[in-house]
Amino acid sequence: MIVAQQKPIEEIISSLEGYKNILIAACGTCVTVCMAGGEKEAMELAALLEVKNKENNRPVNIKVVTLKRQCDMEFFDDIADDVNNAQVILSMACGAGVQFIAERFSHKPVLPGLNTQFMGVTRDVGVWTEMCQGCGDCILEKTGGICPVTRCSKSNFNGPCGGSAGGKCEISPDIDCGWQLIYDRLKTLGRLDKLYEITEVRDWRSSRDGGPRKVEKKDMML
Amino acid sequence: MMDNKSHLQRVLEAGHFAVSAEIGPPMSANGEFVRKKARALKGFVDAANVTDNQTAMVRMSSIAASYLSLQEGVEPVVQMTCRDRNRIAIQSDLLGAYALGLKNLLCLSGDHQSFGNHPQAKNVFDIDSIQLIQALNRMKEEGVFISGKTTKTPAKFFLGATAHPFADPPELQMIRLHKKVEAGAQFLQTQAIYDMDKFDRWMEELRKAGIHEKAYILAGILVNKSARSLEMTSMVAGIDVPGYLIDRMKKASDQEEEGISIALELIESIRKIQGVRGIHIMAVGWESIVPTLIERAGLLPRPDITQVDDSTKEGADNA
Repeated sequence: MIVAQQKPIEEIISSLEGYKNILIAACGTCVTVCMAGGEKEAMELAALLEVKNKENNRPVNIKVVTLKRQCDMEFFDDIADDVNNAQVILSMACGAGVQFIAERFSHKPVLPGLNTQFMGVTRDVGVWTEMCQGCGDCILEKTGGICPVTRCSKSNFNGPCGGSAGGKCEISPDIDCGWQLIYDRLKTLGRLDKLYEITEVRDWRSSRDGGPRKVEKKDMML
Repeated sequence: MMDNKSHLQRVLEAGHFAVSAEIGPPMSANGEFVRKKARALKGFVDAANVTDNQTAMVRMSSIAASYLSLQEGVEPVVQMTCRDRNRIAIQSDLLGAYALGLKNLLCLSGDHQSFGNHPQAKNVFDIDSIQLIQALNRMKEEGVFISGKTTKTPAKFFLGATAHPFADPPELQMIRLHKKVEAGAQFLQTQAIYDMDKFDRWMEELRKAGIHEKAYILAGILVNKSARSLEMTSMVAGIDVPGYLIDRMKKASDQEEEGISIALELIESIRKIQGVRGIHIMAVGWESIVPTLIERAGLLPRPDITQVDDSTKEGADNA
């Protein structure tokens, strides 16, 4: 999923300054799962904003709507009236959702309520970790199902740097050395032989370096 | 035209026990700072590594400082990390370095920028250090860039890489060494060594794999000025300082002298290990001691190898 985190409340309050009618648009997919921008978080944020604004003698009207997804146009029509009644939309979606809702309601200011973090997994209750950078050319078959592009701090393709110690990355004891994980997995699988081959330089055009990307599935494009 | 081999390469090929040290460029545009450091090392070392923004602190560029060192008569080993430059910048800078007469190159991943004085920086890591060695070896052997396009006058560096006897996981670090040599590394400089037993075992493994016959091994020696400096060193990932050495430093009445003694003992032991072809001295924060250390280790005078006229082999430039 796409993992995100709510922006600091002060930043949200400051971005909403001057607006009285606010529409908070929660998103029902990834950010609901990672407890950043789902209906529950949006309601909590609305309550908090109301209290803070009352304290500051600047009462606001807030309405919360939850869209199934903000990365698909089909769900936006349902909220068109709510958008018309509001001065501003605070989107609780990932960066993609914020941009798409802004594209659909281009006459209305749209503000982000979250900082989008990464593509990752639920590691533990309340803990999410990064697993994929969407580089466009997956090599997980060579590395025991552990991504060196994402999980090595230097995106090394040919093994760990000299800063791997006790299974941890040199940059923080909280970060596992991605290559230690790869090594352990391939050893378990009896496939350490895979590590002797030099992985040649990457063609980064498949990644963000080739400019904004587009995926087309021809059989769907009629 | 003279033989295009570096002095360091010729010293090693002639079978001498090589000695290199380090010149850390300044965090300023002060060229005299580099020249002074180079002059202090002249005659004491066969080459000096010039670090590339070590620990991710912004310093004078390795290539510029290397050139200053060369002008002072100390052959530099340019260091190039993969942290700050993509393949375009790396190849471009190295063509320039070679054109300036710099002939040795050490390829590294580079300390992560989070350690340095610009932790907010975006890093690059377009290619990794093994891919960098491979690319420069291909440039040397086949006259091609990473793209496969040819260059009429390729840079032909004496190529080096780092080796990490104490980093984890050991088996994978050994696989990496294989790859570095296969990629084209001609010399390997190790991380600082303190634990001789461990290093001895590591070298044994390396000899079994025949790596010492494919690349010159230069063992890293770090000389510490104080017990505190040694303790700080022991915290660096990939460096293993046995507790007894720290105790010994703490108890010493003259810690500077003790630091020298430890370094001298390590050098003495290292020289006896089969397959080690030289030492690389790192004296972070105590560079002034390097000449004394080399002298007391009995490593003087340094070999004076006259350049071989090899004009027939090289031919005229065809830039």
